[in-house]
Amino acid sequence: MSTPSKTAVAGGPQPAPPSPPPDGPGRQRARTIPWSKITPYLLITPALVMELLIHIVPMLAGIGMSFLELTQFYIARWTQAPFAGTRNYRAAFDLSGSLGLSVLQSFLITVLFTVLVVGISWLIGMSASVVLQRSFRGRGVLRTLFLVPYALPAYAGIITWSFLLQRDNGLVNQVLTSLRIVDEPTFWLLGTNAFISTTIVTIWQMFPFAFLMTMAGMQSIPEELYQAAALDGASVWQQLRHVTLGMLRPINSVLLLLLTLWTFREFNTPYVLFGSNPPESVNLLSVHIYDSSFLNWNFGFGAAMSVLMLLFLLVVAGVWMLLSNRGRRRAA
Amino acid sequence: MRTRRIVSAAVAALLVGALSACGGGGQSGGDSRTITYWASVQGASPDDDRKILEPLMQEFEQQTGISVDLEVVPWTDLTNNTLAAAVSGIGPDVINMGNTNAATFDATGAFLPFDDAAFTAVGGKDKFVEAPLAAADVNGGPPTSLPLYSQVYALYYNKKMFADAGLQPPTTWQEMVAAAQRLTDPAADRYGFTLPGATVNVGMHLSYILGAQNGGSPFDASGRPDFTNDGMVAGVKQYVDLMAADGVVSRGDAQFSEGQLSAARFAGGHAAMMFGQNATRTTLVANGMDPSQWGIVPIPAPAPLPAGGRQIGSFAAGTNIAVFGNTDNRDGALKFVEFMTNPKQQATLSEAYGSLPVVKGVPAPTFGDPAAAQAWQQILADRTIPLQPNPNIQAYQTNVGGAVVELFARAATQGQVNTEDVRAALEQAQDKMPASS
Repeated sequence: MSTPSKTAVAGGPQPAPPSPPPDGPGRQRARTIPWSKITPYLLITPALVMELLIHIVPMLAGIGMSFLELTQFYIARWTQAPFAGTRNYRAAFDLSGSLGLSVLQSFLITVLFTVLVVGISWLIGMSASVVLQRSFRGRGVLRTLFLVPYALPAYAGIITWSFLLQRDNGLVNQVLTSLRIVDEPTFWLLGTNAFISTTIVTIWQMFPFAFLMTMAGMQSIPEELYQAAALDGASVWQQLRHVTLGMLRPINSVLLLLLTLWTFREFNTPYVLFGSNPPESVNLLSVHIYDSSFLNWNFGFGAAMSVLMLLFLLVVAGVWMLLSNRGRRRAA
Repeated sequence: MRTRRIVSAAVAALLVGALSACGGGGQSGGDSRTITYWASVQGASPDDDRKILEPLMQEFEQQTGISVDLEVVPWTDLTNNTLAAAVSGIGPDVINMGNTNAATFDATGAFLPFDDAAFTAVGGKDKFVEAPLAAADVNGGPPTSLPLYSQVYALYYNKKMFADAGLQPPTTWQEMVAAAQRLTDPAADRYGFTLPGATVNVGMHLSYILGAQNGGSPFDASGRPDFTNDGMVAGVKQYVDLMAADGVVSRGDAQFSEGQLSAARFAGGHAAMMFGQNATRTTLVANGMDPSQWGIVPIPAPAPLPAGGRQIGSFAAGTNIAVFGNTDNRDGALKFVEFMTNPKQQATLSEAYGSLPVVKGVPAPTFGDPAAAQAWQQILADRTIPLQPNPNIQAYQTNVGGAVVELFARAATQGQVNTEDVRAALEQAQDKMPASS
């Protein structure tokens, strides 16, 4: 290709003007294919098409569905489903009705679940990164070990946990009873314990990402900063707070947002641990949406809850952007 | 300009290609020589089912020249897969469905109605046994699925444990509980009874049977959910009390999310009794139990019967076979339904799965025990009622079954479950029900 390069160094020898095309003087320069301009579009097209097909189109279909009374009577010919207007949304917000109350309960459980999972995952990931920042014998092994949950297929990991947490023959109860920490085996997958178990299993899956991100971020903090802080008399905690956390602020900000978005819509863990009918204490919003849509076949209501969840997460992301921009301006 | 045109053309080509791949109805049996069949798991495992069904598929191909693309789908996936097929129009030609779901799937309009012509093609309406056919008649019009395997519930008991304790098989609920209490010895990890407490569909089945014994039914005359009537509440409490009040069920059973788990406890000698359908036989045998070691009697009812209560021990359970409405091979699909429901195949399938034949003139398999075979037939004839037809039966199963599962969880973790707890759980289940259309 004889396309002029954009990488010509300023001030250096100017590139020769493009020679006329070899197939005759009659051809115009404008008719040559400017690959350098097309290439970005060609590269991005598959991703764009897939994004449209996998995310945007189903999302728009879901929004449309939320305004329909879509039940088993219309599921095979959903274009004929009666228009429900905002009825599905009103039902979700109607706290005097059982549907609205159950949505609120589900929302509150999800918020508590998200706060616990994100907070503890970040804390464990961050602590592990700080401890493993300095070089010592066995550091590589520990780093690899901490990344194992992230490398394992999610389903395999959760199924293993479901075996560990069984009451009668699970390893957790075996250990607890043999160490005489508890007198009799506990039901880890029933009642409120189910919430604790789900939270622990999700933290186990999430913390390696927090560890990976913060560890990568700490690699770029210059050692001189710590030396300067130490010379100024900063204690270890002050170094951690002002140097480490200060320098990691942009990374932590993105990390916490991602963890929040992922955790809020977590579905794999409760579904694999409990099947399609998890205990009430694990009635997360995603589970509630699945229940409404695929078990009660009330697809319109399920879609309305999905849209509300999407809007809530957009608000969270919007607030994050606002705070993040403000923080950047202040720093500048 | 040219760049823009090229990019536009590329985007359009990709979109058209992708969208056409999404559409295009195509069943895999798009030609007249092939059909696709989604079979439910009836045996101990999908592999077992393939071993049983594949020779039949080959026989069908030899007879008709139509090859069958067989897929054995676990029950946990079958409903969702069927739903996806109904929505997308892309699915198999012939499919199995639980007969409890028949009314809900019927409401989708995605399945071929068995009108007179279709009935003639599969051998006529009269060839079917009345009870399972009545259970398939869910909308008053032509049914959209036909019985394939007929099942009823019974009480399985361990003959040796009963003989050692000098007990007779129970004929009333009270006798059953008393026998279970005598046979319970937690220190030896032996209980009088075992049940799959975390299994949603079994929870619904037993709530229906025991609810009917107490004079309850889940839907009123106009088809509206009525889960909190006294009969339903009493029926569910009767079931949950086996763990919560009678103390004859291990609390660990509250985590059993599959019937096979309690069947394994029974087969392993850890429980003296359990409720099970005909097909439970295959699981017990797979777990090393010899059929001579167990006996069956009808699930007993309380004595005297509560007001309005019925002396029943089962509902007409089973698996149906249906043809997708948009099959490209309607004739081949109907031929296949005829084949699967003809006397010869029914005899083979009943023998393999322990189910009851759905066509007349085929004796129930005796497995060398004519008394047990007669007991099953007697339950079907005298103690079985059909499930109340309702298009929201799928939601009913999910919500009431889910409520029973929650109540067992409460019994396991907190001990007591009182009548108000049961009523509140059923009320919550009722609130989740979608409006009928």
